[in-house]
Amino acid sequence: MVLVTRHRGWVIAATIIAAWALEIMPLPSWLALFRPEWPAMVLIYWCLALPQRVGIGIGWSVGLVVDVLRGALLGQHAMGYAVMAYLAVKLHRRIRIFPLWQQALTVMVFITLHMLLVLWVLGMIGQSRGMLTYWLPAISSAALWPWMFSGLRGVRRRFHVT
Amino acid sequence: MFVVVSLILMTVDHRQHHLESVRAVLSLAVSPLQYMLGLPVGAGHWLGEALTSRTTLQEENAALRSQQLLQSARLQKMAALEAENMRLRALLDSSKKVGERVRVGELLEVDIDPFSQQVVINKGSRDGVEAGQAVVDAEGVMGQVVHVAPFTSTVMLITDLSHAVPVAVNRSGLRAIAVGTGSAARLDLPHLLLNADIQEGDLLVTSGLGGRFPPGYPVAIVEKVERNTGHSFAEVTARPTARLEQSREVLLVRTEPTDAAASACNPEHGPCLPATAPSPATTGKGN
Repeated sequence: MVLVTRHRGWVIAATIIAAWALEIMPLPSWLALFRPEWPAMVLIYWCLALPQRVGIGIGWSVGLVVDVLRGALLGQHAMGYAVMAYLAVKLHRRIRIFPLWQQALTVMVFITLHMLLVLWVLGMIGQSRGMLTYWLPAISSAALWPWMFSGLRGVRRRFHVT
Repeated sequence: MFVVVSLILMTVDHRQHHLESVRAVLSLAVSPLQYMLGLPVGAGHWLGEALTSRTTLQEENAALRSQQLLQSARLQKMAALEAENMRLRALLDSSKKVGERVRVGELLEVDIDPFSQQVVINKGSRDGVEAGQAVVDAEGVMGQVVHVAPFTSTVMLITDLSHAVPVAVNRSGLRAIAVGTGSAARLDLPHLLLNADIQEGDLLVTSGLGGRFPPGYPVAIVEKVERNTGHSFAEVTARPTARLEQSREVLLVRTEPTDAAASACNPEHGPCLPATAPSPATTGKGN
C-alpha cells in the first residue's frame, strides 16, 4: 500500500485521446448541436474513479488541448475543465455511491457550470451565443453518462487500472 | 490557482499574440488526430472514385475537357487584357497591381464548433502559410487564416460572427463592409445609407482596402435590400458566393503587402471599423 504503483497510465491517456477525437469527429450538422462534451465526461469519470491520479492538473491540460482543437481562446475550456475536475475530486466519495441516473444529473450540473464559464468568456470577448441550443451538449452528455460510466468502468477493470 | 492561470492565459491570448507559438506547438501535437479523423472520409471518397464506372469517367473527362478549352480561351484574352491594364496604369502613373501567389490546400474533415465558422486545412507554416492569408475557393472568398501550426492551419470563414471583409459593389464601386452573421448563408452589410447605390443581385467583390484580401475576388451576391425610412441605414444582406459548406479544395492567396495595409483588418480585435460613407463620386457614377 505504501508504494502506489503508477502503472497503466496509457489506458487513461488512450481514453482521453479517444475523447478528443470524438470531440472533433465530423457529424451531420443537426447532430453536431447535440455533440456531448466527450473529454469532460471522460475526465469526470477518471476523477471519480481514481481521484489520487487524475485531478485538476490533468483536467486543465485536457481542457487546454480542447481549446486548441476548437480554435478557442487558450485557457477558455482549460478553466472550465479545471473547475469540473476540482468538483469531481472534491465530491467523489459522495457521487460514487449515487445511482446512475443521479450521477448523470450531477454530470449535467458540472458540464452546465463549465459551459457557463465558457459562455462568460465568450461574452466578454464579444462572441456570445444567445441561442438555447448552446446548452444541448449538457443534456446529451447526461443522457449518455450511464453508458459512458459502464463502458469506462469495463475498461478500467479489464486493464486493472489502479 | 489553475483558474488564475487560465484567466491570465486568456487575457494574454486575447490581447497579444505571444501565445501563437504555444498554440502552434499544441496544434502540432493534435494534428495527427485531425489527419486520422479525415481518413475514413478520405477512404470513402477514394472508394467512390475507384468504383465509378468507365462511362461516368469518360463523360466527366469530356465535360472537363470542354470546360478547360473554354477557360483557356478566356485566359488568352485575359493575358492581353492584363498587359493592357498594366500599360494604362503606367500611363496614369498609378501603383501597379501587386503580384499574387496561390497554393492549393485541402480541408480536413473535422468539426470545430457548431457556433463558430472555422475550418482546419492541411497546409501549415511548413508550406509557407501565414496568419492573415486570404483563402478562396473556385466561386469566391472563403475566409482568412487565423492560426498556423507546422502542418495544419485554422481558417476563419467570412461568415464567422467576428469576421468582416471590406467589399465593393462591382456595379457601382460603392464600398462597404461585409460582416459575418454566424450562419453560413448570410452576410450583413451594416452602415449603408438609405440612398446608397446598391440593389438586389449586385455582386460584391473584395475592395482590397485593409490589405488583408487581394482586390477583385467575388465575395457575395446581395440578396435583400430593405430601405426603411424610419432607420438611418439600409438593411442589406448578402449570400456568399463561395461554397462555404461544400468546398474541399481551397486556394491560399498571398499578396505582397501594400503600404496602405496600416489599418489591416484583424478579426481578433473584433470587426473592422466601417469606412463606408459613400462618397458623392462613387454614388454619382452609378446613376
